[in-house]
Parts: sequence; C-alpha cells; structure tokens
Amino acid sequence: MASQFFPILVILALALFVGFFVVVLGTIFGPRRPTARKSSPYESGMVPYGPGTRRMSVRYYLVGVLFILFDIEVVFVLPWAVVFRELGMPGLVLMIVFLVVLEVAFVYAWKKGALEWE
Amino acid sequence: MTAMDWLVILPVLVLSGWALTVLLVDLWIPAKYKFITPLLTVLGLVVTLGLSLSKFGNPQSAFNGMVVVDGFAIFLDFIFLVSGLGAVALAYRYLRRMGIERCEYYSLLMFSISGMMLMTYANDLIMVFLALELLSIPLYVLAGFVRMEVRSEEAALKYFLLGAFSSGFVLYGIGLIFGATSHTELPAVAAAVGKSSANLPMFIVGAALLLVGFGFKQAAVPFHMWSPDVYQGAPSSVTAFMSIGAKAAGFAALMRVFVAAFPSLSADMSWVLWALSALTMIAGNVIAIAQTNIKRLLAYSSIAQTGYLLMAFVPYGNNQVLGDTVAAMLFYLLAYMLTTLGAWAVIIAVEKNGGEGLELKDYAGLGRRHPLLGAAMTIFMVSLIGVPPTLGFWGKFYLFRTALEGGFVWLALIGLLTSLVSAYYYLRVVVIMYMQAGEPETADDLWLRLVALTCAAAVVLLAFMPGSVLSLAVRAVLQIL
Repeated sequence: MASQFFPILVILALALFVGFFVVVLGTIFGPRRPTARKSSPYESGMVPYGPGTRRMSVRYYLVGVLFILFDIEVVFVLPWAVVFRELGMPGLVLMIVFLVVLEVAFVYAWKKGALEWE
Repeated sequence: MTAMDWLVILPVLVLSGWALTVLLVDLWIPAKYKFITPLLTVLGLVVTLGLSLSKFGNPQSAFNGMVVVDGFAIFLDFIFLVSGLGAVALAYRYLRRMGIERCEYYSLLMFSISGMMLMTYANDLIMVFLALELLSIPLYVLAGFVRMEVRSEEAALKYFLLGAFSSGFVLYGIGLIFGATSHTELPAVAAAVGKSSANLPMFIVGAALLLVGFGFKQAAVPFHMWSPDVYQGAPSSVTAFMSIGAKAAGFAALMRVFVAAFPSLSADMSWVLWALSALTMIAGNVIAIAQTNIKRLLAYSSIAQTGYLLMAFVPYGNNQVLGDTVAAMLFYLLAYMLTTLGAWAVIIAVEKNGGEGLELKDYAGLGRRHPLLGAAMTIFMVSLIGVPPTLGFWGKFYLFRTALEGGFVWLALIGLLTSLVSAYYYLRVVVIMYMQAGEPETADDLWLRLVALTCAAAVVLLAFMPGSVLSLAVRAVLQIL
C-alpha cells in the first residue's frame, strides 16, 4: 500500500527542491541590476496608473450572478442532451421541470429589475 | 422511478412548488393588495399539513429507499408546518412595522420548511445533505432580512460562514463513510459495517464529522457559538422559526442517521453524546444567567433545551428503550415548539423599531399593564423551567424517565440540577414583569396576541392529557421504517 505512494513522495521532494533551493540559489548568486522598468509590477505589461484601491461599479455583480444561473443550466443540459435518446420521455419531463424552476428564478430577477442597467 | 414515488413525497412537492408560485405571483400583486401573499402562504402550509397528516399510519418508502415517509417524519412535519404557520402570523404585521415587508420572506420560509420536511424523509446520506442545504440557505437569507441594520447583516454573514463550514463537515463525513462502506443508503451502510466497526477508522471519523455537522444545526455546545449572535441579529419572527425548525431538523437527521446507519458505534458514541448533552445543559443554563437581552436569553435557553433533547440519544443503541426515548424526544419537541412560539410572540409584541424594547428592563410592569400577555409569558417561562401544570414539565419528566431507564442516572441528575439553575433566569423575567414598576407599550397586533394566547392555552390544556399526546408520539415511533 505505502509503496504505491513512493513516486508521489519523489515528486514532492523534487517540487520542494525546485521551488525552494533554486530560488534561494538565484537570489544569492544571481546578478542584480534593477532599472525603473524592471522594478515595475508588470514588467512586460501595461504601465499601471492611479492608486490600487479605486472604486468600481458593482453592477457587474448582478450580471455575474445571473450568469451563474445559465452556467448551471448548461452544465446540466449538455450531458442530458448527449444521452437524450436513452433517457426518453421521463428524461424530457424531468429536464422541463428543472428548466421551469430555473426560469422562475430568472423571471423573478428580471421583474425585480436586475437587468436594468441604470 | 414510478408515479407512486412522486405520490409518496407529494407534501414536499406541493410545498416547494407553491413556494415558487408565490414567489412569481407576488411580483404582479400591486402594493395595495400585498396581504394576499401571506394568505397564499397560509393556504399552502395548511394544504401541505393536510396532505402530510393523511399519510399518518401508512409508512411508505420511495425512490429505491432513498426517502421514507413514516410516522416519525409526519410528526416532525407537523411541528415544522405549525411553526411555519406561527412564523407567518408573527411576521404579518411585524415586518410592516419594521419596514421590511417583502414577499420573499414567505417564499424563503416555505423553501426552508420543504428542506426540513425532506430532512425527516431522508434515508440516504446524499438526501440528508441535500435537505440540509435546502433548509439552511433560505435561513441564511432570512437571518439578514433587515438588511439596513448592521446587526442583522452580521447575523446573516456569521450564520452563512459557519453554516457553510458545518456543511463541509457533513459532506466530508459522508465522503469518508462512503469510502469505508461504499454505500450512502443508511441501512446499507449499517449492513456493510456489520456488528463491529473497530477495523474501519474512516467510518468512525466520518460518523464523528456528521455528529459535528448536526450538532451545529442543533446548537449543541461546543458548536453553539453562532446561535446567540444570529438569534439576536435576525428579525424576531425568523429567530422564532429558526430556533424551532432548524433544531428539530437537526434532531431528525441525527435520529435517522445514527439509529439507522451507526448502530455498531452505539457503545462508544453513547459516551460522546452523554458528554455533549451534559455540556450543553450546563453551559447553556449557566451562561443564560448573565444575559440582560431577552433575545440572547432565549438563545441560551434554546441551547440548554438542545442539551435536554440530546439526552434522548444517549441510549440510542439499546433497542429496548429506543422507542421510548424517541417518543419522549418528539413529545419534548412539541412542548418546546408551543412554548417557544408563544414566548416569541410576546417578545415581538414588546419589541420596537431599531432593536429597542429587547432588554429585560423593558418588561417591567408588563404583567399589570397587559395582564393577558403577562400571564401568557409567565406560563411559557414556567413551562421552560419544567414546572407542572405545563407541557414542559411532562416533556422533561418523560425525557428524564427514559434516561433513568437507559441507566444514565447521572445524566438525569445533571438535567434536574440545571433545570433548577434555569429557574433563576426564567423566573427573573416573571419577577420583572410583575414586581417592577413600568409602563411598557406593546404593539397593537391582533395576530401576536392570538399566537401567544393559543400557545399558552395549548401548553396548559395539553398538560392535563399528557398520556394521549405521548401515545400519539409512540404511535409515530412505532411506524418507523
């Protein structure tokens, strides 16, 4: 039993070595010539502007929540569609029940004004 | 899966379908006619109650044994649905008074009740988890229903985080049990383990994790930390419902899972439950003495009641007394429901906007100014102590008697002594109501008075025929599948 896990132990040791010693060696022996560009947070990305704690609109949050609704719908519908023929009529009925429950939530959110942008 | 299966769980189907319908219908009800929503809710709850009671005496199982609808389940359904009706009556004017009148309250209430009902039907660990989530998630939202108030938000967040954590415990426990036995169906788990589980450490750890998860729902010490803060922050009508429903559902799950799936662990688990019960009784009653806020007082009191109820589980492997203890537990839950519902009705009547009117000193003079409410509150406090002639006395009497029959003399003694301790803080409420001068204002709310007086009458009148109530509970237990 225990011998089955030996390869995992080896990988763990290797990972520790690479993650720890290599970085330590690099910081000790590597040359260090910092420039303004090299010290920026994203060396090869955009130049950051403004403070990091700006206010943002949280209206995306509602869109995000509604997205989860349809995300879950797809997660369930896709495997169901693959085996649709084998499931037959009961499968169709159950999926309709599931979709109705989901749409109730959607209609509720719509009517409450979750989709109004302003 | 046949049509028969769906008929067996019809009460839950009707209630959850009705909750969806009410959620939708309310969107088109104009503001002037919002009183229709609670009416529809009451209709749904009463129909479900009828459907559920019609199954009494006819135990059935469905979906290949994943759910069982037996007398035990129906007795608890009755408790959930009646406390749900109580929560509607308590909330109807209260929500408007507090400026939080929204229909979601009623839908969430019904969703939560369907989760609780499913919990009592569950005969499979997956169903137990599903029901646990279905009952918890609406309660998290309901706890934060007064979203303008920081205290309510804090209650909701605390309840959600700790609740999610305890759900994790339950899920991890289910995973380990499945790993050890490769079954999730409760009887199959018991069969796979056999008589002794000594060589299955994974199974034992899984069972312990489940106990932690259920202990959280019941607010048993040391898993009770959330309950005073949540009970205080949540709107009072939600607290009333939560302290009855969520607790009873936790006990339903504990009873189903431990009796059906873990008989092999009973020798060891019984001492764990013994300690849990003793600790809960002592800590709940002793900490309650120091409380000055009535909501926190009742929160600790409900923790103490959990301790008394846990007493029924200590001899759970002993088949000779098991029937009696479960019946005593059901009886106690019924007494607890009536008493707590009434006590919360009085509290809501005295409560004012913005968390005012919740200190014990706000009750000064209530007994003289409002004799009926004062008398009702006195009855509830006396019943919570367990003094005759109230239902609470018989509840404790039967519980202690079954503990003695099971051979747990010390536990019964601890129960008796902590009951004496509890007399101090319960009677203090009565003393403040009658002996101290004050002119408390109460809300002009007919429904609160109705709930308080009905519960008070039931607590006193049923105490004169405890035998017939108990025999009902025994009949319910005899039908356990």
